[in-house]
Amino acid sequence: MKNKFFKWLSLPYIIWSVGFIIIPLIMVFYFGLTNKNGSFTFSNITSIALPVHFKSLLIALLLSLISTIICLLLSYPLAMILSNMKSGNNKLMILVFVLPMWMNFLLRTLAWQTLLENEGVINTIFRFVHLPALKIINTPYAIVFGMIYNFLPFMVLPIYNVLCKIDKNLLNAARDLGANEVQTFLKVTLPLSVPGIISGITMVFIPALTTFVISDLLGGSKILLIGNVIEQEFTLNSNWHLGSGLSIVLMLFIVISMIISVIFDKDGEGSAL
Amino acid sequence: MSNKLINLENISKSYDNHLVLDEMNLYIRENEFVTLLGPSGCGKTTTLRILGGFESPDTGRVIFDGKDITKMPAYKRQLNTVFQKYALFTHMNIAENIAFGLKIKNKSKSYINDKIKYALKLVNLEGYENRMPDSLSGGQQQRIAIARAIVNEPKVLLLDEPLGALDLKLRQDMQYELIRLKNELGITFIYVTHDQEEALTMSDTIVVMNQGYIQQIGTPEMIYNEPENAFVADFIGDSNIIDSIMIRDELVEILGTKFACVDKGFGENVHVDVVIRPEDIELVAPEDGTIQGEVTHIIFKGVHYEMEVMANGFEWLVHSTKMFPVGEKVGIKVDPFNIQIMNKPESEDEEAVQIEE
Repeated sequence: MKNKFFKWLSLPYIIWSVGFIIIPLIMVFYFGLTNKNGSFTFSNITSIALPVHFKSLLIALLLSLISTIICLLLSYPLAMILSNMKSGNNKLMILVFVLPMWMNFLLRTLAWQTLLENEGVINTIFRFVHLPALKIINTPYAIVFGMIYNFLPFMVLPIYNVLCKIDKNLLNAARDLGANEVQTFLKVTLPLSVPGIISGITMVFIPALTTFVISDLLGGSKILLIGNVIEQEFTLNSNWHLGSGLSIVLMLFIVISMIISVIFDKDGEGSAL
Repeated sequence: MSNKLINLENISKSYDNHLVLDEMNLYIRENEFVTLLGPSGCGKTTTLRILGGFESPDTGRVIFDGKDITKMPAYKRQLNTVFQKYALFTHMNIAENIAFGLKIKNKSKSYINDKIKYALKLVNLEGYENRMPDSLSGGQQQRIAIARAIVNEPKVLLLDEPLGALDLKLRQDMQYELIRLKNELGITFIYVTHDQEEALTMSDTIVVMNQGYIQQIGTPEMIYNEPENAFVADFIGDSNIIDSIMIRDELVEILGTKFACVDKGFGENVHVDVVIRPEDIELVAPEDGTIQGEVTHIIFKGVHYEMEVMANGFEWLVHSTKMFPVGEKVGIKVDPFNIQIMNKPESEDEEAVQIEE
């Protein structure tokens, strides 16, 4: 009786995953592996080797890698400070970090476009206090900046989560056995926080790699990431076959990242969101 | 017993305006097995953490081997701790856990390997080098935690309720194991527990603590047979603690009846607490007893019967191998030597409080 009831409960989820995950996936593979006449081909996938596509993939990989690294470098100390705070204070701090996430992603990025523009708010203020104007809009710097701004919480939270779970007695045990603060960090805290780091990296790297909105708005359509190329194939060129083929290539990177994160995060400790 | 190895001088510590340790003075000799015993919140763990360097006292000094180590960080101290929940490094195997302290001190590989072998043999876990801590039982993990501490050859081993998480049988085995280890290593053990039986079994010296004060320091026999106040008597073993009047030397009035005793020097007609251990009460025929009562309760405990006898308005707890059924009229007799007289506590702070386990 009970089992049957729970089976029915899972029905909406099954409908959802079939309708919005499985069928679209099948469609992506179908379009990606056929040409306009409907016959089987690998050409859509191999077209990643074309210089224009390959360059956009490389730029996307490079920019998302840079933003992931910067996110990590910013997040780790922050997560450590948060996890060492007295409970109560840290809740408020985390709220401050999560708060922007409640606002629409597109809106926030648009806001940064206005702020960073050559005649934008920031430069107006800079000019007013006789500082040199900032010329970063429509450059890769602006894209990296947008990625870091948008994805930073996804790095902070999983790292914060694993750091909170580390038994303070383990750190005391390390000190007790003669390790100074640096050794304690390198030999105990850091290795034990690897699941959170990996989880944070995947949660920043994958969305950064696949984004086209940030590069569109802050890169001024001058810098094409692989996400932009795919988007244009679907919208501007209406070439679903090529778009799907390139999506499959991108999916490969996502799958690799997922496998890495699963290997390192066996206990699911790092899964924060 | 040789010279003083550790000296705690006027140690005070409070958290959020709550005083945990109040002007504590305590010395610990070399090669001693000292147990800090008391209910939770009595300050025993704080004392251990101050010794280990994980807390610093608000006032007072910690002298170790003649040197003031009050401000010395934990990693520089020549003592090692066995933590309550083992605190093994879960990302390392057993050998790496044990080698942790030695690697930090840059010892040679062969030295480390010898030490790992020696330590595992000492705790009866040979061949466990490559296991992960998660795959070990609680008792095994605790023994690894001990091994990890002793390979560093500390002068003092601090143990923070190390057997608390183990089941009864294992706890008893580990008690003997710890005594054996202490004798083999010849170092000082400072042991924190709330379990009076553990304390009585293992210690050379017991320090009974309550609410940040040391209540009594002594050998297990002294603590048990001659408790200095009602708290100690109540905390260590079962006891009858009765409000009484010391008439004069060697005569005490308990519940309106005069009993002969052996204590002197309390003065005349002074209010005192009297402790009589339940196994020291002899139940006899009514006419042979000093006072008369009636059995109200009886429980069979295996080695003895536990009985409650209502006499002179007090429920006397009695342990005896002889059985007296409920309702039977009995006489109570106590050997003068077994009547322990204690001064009433002078201040509220020293008052015996409800013991929470």
